[in-house]
Amino acid sequence: MPVQYTSIMEEHEAVRTGAGIFDISHMGQFFVDGPGACDWLNHMLTNDVSALQPGQGHYTLMLNETGGVIDDLILYRTGPESFFLVVNAAKIEEDHAWLTSHAGQDARLRDESDAWAGMAVQGPRATEILAQACPEMELPPRNGIIATADGCIFCRTGYTGEDGFEFFCPADEAEARWKNFTSAGAVPCGLGARDTLRLEMCFPLNGNDLSPERTPVESGLGFFCKKDSGAYIGGDVVARQKAEGPTARLCAIRYTGSGAPPRAHYPVLDADGNELGELTSGVLSPTLRRGIAMAYLPATLAKPGTPLLIDVRGRQFPAEVVKKPFYKRA
Amino acid sequence: MNVPDDLRYCSSHEWVRLEGDIATVGITDHAQAELTDVVFVEPPAVGRAVDFEDPTAVVESVKAASDIYAPCSGEVVEANPEVESDPSLVNTDPYGKGWIFKLKVANPEDIGKLMDPDAYRAHIS
Repeated sequence: MPVQYTSIMEEHEAVRTGAGIFDISHMGQFFVDGPGACDWLNHMLTNDVSALQPGQGHYTLMLNETGGVIDDLILYRTGPESFFLVVNAAKIEEDHAWLTSHAGQDARLRDESDAWAGMAVQGPRATEILAQACPEMELPPRNGIIATADGCIFCRTGYTGEDGFEFFCPADEAEARWKNFTSAGAVPCGLGARDTLRLEMCFPLNGNDLSPERTPVESGLGFFCKKDSGAYIGGDVVARQKAEGPTARLCAIRYTGSGAPPRAHYPVLDADGNELGELTSGVLSPTLRRGIAMAYLPATLAKPGTPLLIDVRGRQFPAEVVKKPFYKRA
Repeated sequence: MNVPDDLRYCSSHEWVRLEGDIATVGITDHAQAELTDVVFVEPPAVGRAVDFEDPTAVVESVKAASDIYAPCSGEVVEANPEVESDPSLVNTDPYGKGWIFKLKVANPEDIGKLMDPDAYRAHIS
C-alpha cells in the first residue's frame, strides 16, 4: 500500500464523507481450530473469548509476562471450535512464534497470511458500495464475520471510525475484487490517510502507541482486558494496575492553535518547559485542521485541559490534553 | 510539469530567480506535486547567514517534513509572510505567490552553476 494514491487530504475526506478502500493485504491472517481452541486463546489473549458466539468478533490484545503489548488484533469466532485472527503486518512472525512457543492442548494454529489478500472499504457510503459491487451480500452486524460460499470473508469492522467492512479473498482474486469495489465508487486510500483517520479516533498503532514496555491499562485499553487476572498471560500485572492505577497514561493531545504538524518522537513538555516524554503518534488532523497527537504522560497530568508544549525543531507550540477521541461522527 | 525557462534549479527541487544580487527561492511544481497538501511552512529568520546547501526552511505536508536548502551562500533578507499564513500557496502558485525566502547572494556567479531548465527537466523525467 502506498502512502497516498492522490493526496492524504482528499483520501481522508473520501472516507469521512463517502467511501474509501485500503489494501490491507499486508496484515496477517491466522486460523485456530480444535476442541481446545477457545481455552487456549483465552489464555493467550486479554478479552473473553468464551463470550463470542460463532459469527462474532472483538478487539483483543496479546501480552507478554510483564503485561506489555506484543500485538493488538481482531479475533473472530467462525464456529464452535474455530477462530480467525487478523494481526498486524509487522508482527506476523513474532505473533506466530509467541503462539507456537505457548502451544495449547487440542488447538491447531495456521498462518495463512501469504494466501489471503485483504481490503477495507470504509465510510458512510461503504454499504452502498457493497450493494453495488456484491448485490447478493448482506453484511453482518458490527464486529461480525461472514464467510461466503465462494471462499471469501466479510468482517464488519475497520480502523477509521466510520462504518464499513474488511474483505478477505484468495490472493489471486485481489485485483479483480479491488476493481469491483473501486468501480462501485470506493476511492483508493493509502497508509497516510489510514494514519490520519485512525489517529482522529485515537485508535492505537502497535509499534507507535503500543509497545512491550507498556500495558493496556497504561494505553487506555483496560476495557479489552475482561477476565480474571490468572486467566491469561500478563493478566496479573493488568489486574494490579487496574486496582492501583497506572503511573502513566496514553493521552490525546491537541494543539490549541495552528502550528507545525506534530509527529511521532517530537518532545512533549509541560507548561514550564520540562520535558515529559515524546509523542508516540502525531499528525495534522485533516478534519479538525489542528495538530493532534498521543503521548504517555504521568498519570497526574493525564487530565483534559492540562497545558503542554510540543517541541518541533526547537520551536514550541502550545497544546493541551483533551478527551478521546479527537473526532466523533456527526 | 511546469519548469519555467527563466529560472535556475537545484537537484533538491528548489528554484531560484536572480535579480541583481537578490535570489528568490521556492520549490518547483514537481516538488509541490510530490509533497501534495502543503500545510506548514517554516521560513528562515531574516538576517541569518547561510551556506550553499544549508537546510534553510521547512515545508511540511501531511505526510512529511522536507528541508529546503540554500541554493547558494548568502544572507536571508526576506521571508514570505503569505506562505506562513496560507501554506497552500506553495501548491497553487509555486513559482509566484508560493516563494519562500530571498537571499542576498554572496557570489552571484554561483547561481549560473545551478541546473538550467533543460537539465532540471532531464533530472525529473
